[in-house]
Amino acid sequence: MVSLKVNGRTHSVDVDDDTPLLWAIRDNLGLTGTKFGCGVAQCGACTVFMDGKPLRSCVTPVSAVGDAEITTIEAISGKEVDAVQAAWTARDVPQCGYCQSGQVMSAVALLMENKKPSDGDIDLAMNGNLCRCATYVRIRAAIHDAARTLEG
Amino acid sequence: MTAHDHNLSRRSLLKGAGALVIGLHLPQAARAQSGAGAAFRPGGNATFAPNAFVRVAPDSTITVLVKHIEFGQGPFTGLATLVAEEMDADWGQMRSEHAPADVKLYANLAFGVQGTGGSTAIANSWEQMRKAGATARAMLVQAAAQSWKVPASEIRVEAGVLSHASGKQGRFGEFAEAASKLAVPENVPLKPASAYRLIGKEGAVRRLDSADKSRGKAEFTIDIHAPNMLTVVVARPPRFGGKVGSFDAAEAHKVRGVVDVKQIGSGVAVYANGMWPALKGREALKVTWDESAAEKRGSRELIAEYRALARQKGVVAGSHGDAEAALAKAGTVIEAEFVFPYLAHAPMEPLDGYLQWDGSEALARFGSQFQTTEHMTIATILGLPPEKVRLETMLAGGSFGRRAQVSQHLAAELAMVAKAIGPNRPVKLVWTREDDLSGGYYRPLFVHRLRGAVQDGKITAWADSIVGQSFFLGTPFEAMVVKNGIDATSVEGANELFYEIADFHCEVNNPKVGVPTLWWRSVGHTHTAYAVECFIDELLQVAGQDPVAGRLSLMNRHPRAVGVLKAVAELAKWNGSGPVDGRARGVAVVESFGSFVAQIAEVSLGTDGEPKVHKVWCAVDCGVAVNPDIIRAQMEGGIGFGLGHALYGEITLDQGRPVQANFDTYRSLRIHEMPEVEVAIISSTEAPTGVGEPGVPPIGPAVANALAKLGQPRPRQLPMVGGTV
Ligand code: FES
Ligand code: FES
Repeated sequence: MVSLKVNGRTHSVDVDDDTPLLWAIRDNLGLTGTKFGCGVAQCGACTVFMDGKPLRSCVTPVSAVGDAEITTIEAISGKEVDAVQAAWTARDVPQCGYCQSGQVMSAVALLMENKKPSDGDIDLAMNGNLCRCATYVRIRAAIHDAARTLEG
Repeated sequence: MTAHDHNLSRRSLLKGAGALVIGLHLPQAARAQSGAGAAFRPGGNATFAPNAFVRVAPDSTITVLVKHIEFGQGPFTGLATLVAEEMDADWGQMRSEHAPADVKLYANLAFGVQGTGGSTAIANSWEQMRKAGATARAMLVQAAAQSWKVPASEIRVEAGVLSHASGKQGRFGEFAEAASKLAVPENVPLKPASAYRLIGKEGAVRRLDSADKSRGKAEFTIDIHAPNMLTVVVARPPRFGGKVGSFDAAEAHKVRGVVDVKQIGSGVAVYANGMWPALKGREALKVTWDESAAEKRGSRELIAEYRALARQKGVVAGSHGDAEAALAKAGTVIEAEFVFPYLAHAPMEPLDGYLQWDGSEALARFGSQFQTTEHMTIATILGLPPEKVRLETMLAGGSFGRRAQVSQHLAAELAMVAKAIGPNRPVKLVWTREDDLSGGYYRPLFVHRLRGAVQDGKITAWADSIVGQSFFLGTPFEAMVVKNGIDATSVEGANELFYEIADFHCEVNNPKVGVPTLWWRSVGHTHTAYAVECFIDELLQVAGQDPVAGRLSLMNRHPRAVGVLKAVAELAKWNGSGPVDGRARGVAVVESFGSFVAQIAEVSLGTDGEPKVHKVWCAVDCGVAVNPDIIRAQMEGGIGFGLGHALYGEITLDQGRPVQANFDTYRSLRIHEMPEVEVAIISSTEAPTGVGEPGVPPIGPAVANALAKLGQPRPRQLPMVGGTV
């Protein structure tokens, strides 16, 4: 049994210690917004927040999570989240959509750190998130849109 | 060009696939499937179902049943646009769902069976969906006319509201039930284009799936959970054509969470409570593979063989004049040999599928791209009559051709996995990224050997010898698809050119290799466009001509190709290739799937020596532009997809074993490598053609042609960066 704090609740999860957080979240807690794309920290589809910072859950064993607070796409909230999701919808960023939970998580994390990211800042923050549909042009534009919204 | 041949070949293929599977013991398969369709009630609580495609609920929501799978290219939005236009609906009331598998109702009109591919979704739905919408509207109007006791001709419909000059008005939902009791009218007239409010209008519609996909709410196959469900991974042979020799599952059984281990046709399946125990169980499994019949050649050996074959006689795929004679007496003969690696589709969601059955009925849920044949395959393997098998198409995280399976291998594996464990154990089969990248079904390795002659500033001769695997040779479809020894999907784009050249010859060799291959976003154009557009550029350079003006002077008989080339030159303010401030420009123009696309790429060399693509201008002519913003998105995405593979993508085989297994070695385009993209859509009244694939082919050669102006040779072997052969 491993104890995990996910989306504001503490869960007892019956998995081995070496189980990646990704599979505990998806298979045991049924939170499937967080996706599997590679399993080796190469694509960012599995991005969650650990104590508010983006984390690749596919290479993080549950034993390494400890007391940290995990937040998934299902429970993120706040003005950055609203701005990002509104911009994503207004620009019709997603195509297949499979990578987009991870993209949104990374974009929110960027805007929480940096209210007015440059193109270079976006490159640095987002280049761990692959999109095989190559929606990158719109991801970049939507992050700028969201930053403008947050500026007010 | 060969777009039509291509559709034809897919159509006969799909018919063939059905016939093949059905032929095992179910001759009346297509008819029998309708039962499954009737039992399934998409559209929720809809009360008005005037036809197979439109459902109107009492709350006035309109659900369009979409016969094409949505994996990013936008059919959910595109087909709903066609219906909403004719219904005069408000966009806010539109919804989309996948239609069930039912060939009688939902066949792709270009194929004859239900399926998606060849960029056909809008093209084959254009009339059908508008008619479905117009019919629904006429019935709602009739119902309102009866209720209000006014002539139907006096009723107006605007943004989902019916109204009459008397002041009466109501929404669709209020008349849904009454409309459902009316006879379905025939030949309801369609709107003239001048009356369109949605079709072709910028900003008139947004994608129906963006909100859910931005919130982690869209459900994909991998997200399916069911009580008692087992997650299954399969150990497959490391070389293509290998088989299970023997296996020892003792250690695998010791893994907590592993429930069972079974041998199936494609390998050894590990069943577990969740993905992690399944993976650990597979890790612990000891399998001895029988590789006696396996393909053991590597990419290096295959390339050497293909190069030799390119110098031998092939099957003639196109010819006029006498290219050999013209080459023999030409002043300047240019030769170029292009080598294209195997490529994986690597959709973001690896292959997966869900299946539950109780021994007499089954439900399969997955990203099915060829519903009719996959439905049949599952029924056949489970030994059930087709009407006892329901197939529900799920959203899929990309395909790029990977789910358009000639061999039906995913559907077959899913059914085998379910059958091996027995009834009443729902299974979710999942492929990992490693399974995906090393699992075959690649874009085939190809070699093009080109020779051209330039005389007095004119291109006088062209000869192309193409070598690569056909998707069909060596399969049961060979006899059906390969006509006169030519598989159109190997030569499309190379056996007829826009460019008028007096002496022309194109031939092909399709060697048999034991590596499974499959069409990959834009099919033959993935290599023919690169070879043709690089070589024409090189010949024009030798002839001392500008890449744009030189092309235009050779393509008078192709007005739509001329149109996109002129449009892109204007958009980019073309003034020669440069370089200016270290940036050069290259151009390419390609017709694929009936759509015309021209692109100009602006490229420099980065400090690391890698090409850096700064900007791409793109002009597209796809007939009537139904959803301009989706067309733009597909051009952007196609450019990114094509560019990533031209720059970095390759699957290398080493003694038959794939070398690249995950995104650390199968390098995929990232955001900082994505150029800015500007798209011009040509306004047209031609019937619409597709956009899912045509954005891909021009980008590789456009970049290569720019590199040639930066003092680099045009890359003769792809990928441009870090090739390992
Ligand atoms: S699944 Fe974790 S980074 Fe790809
Ligand atoms: S939207 Fe398909 S992978 Fe990003």
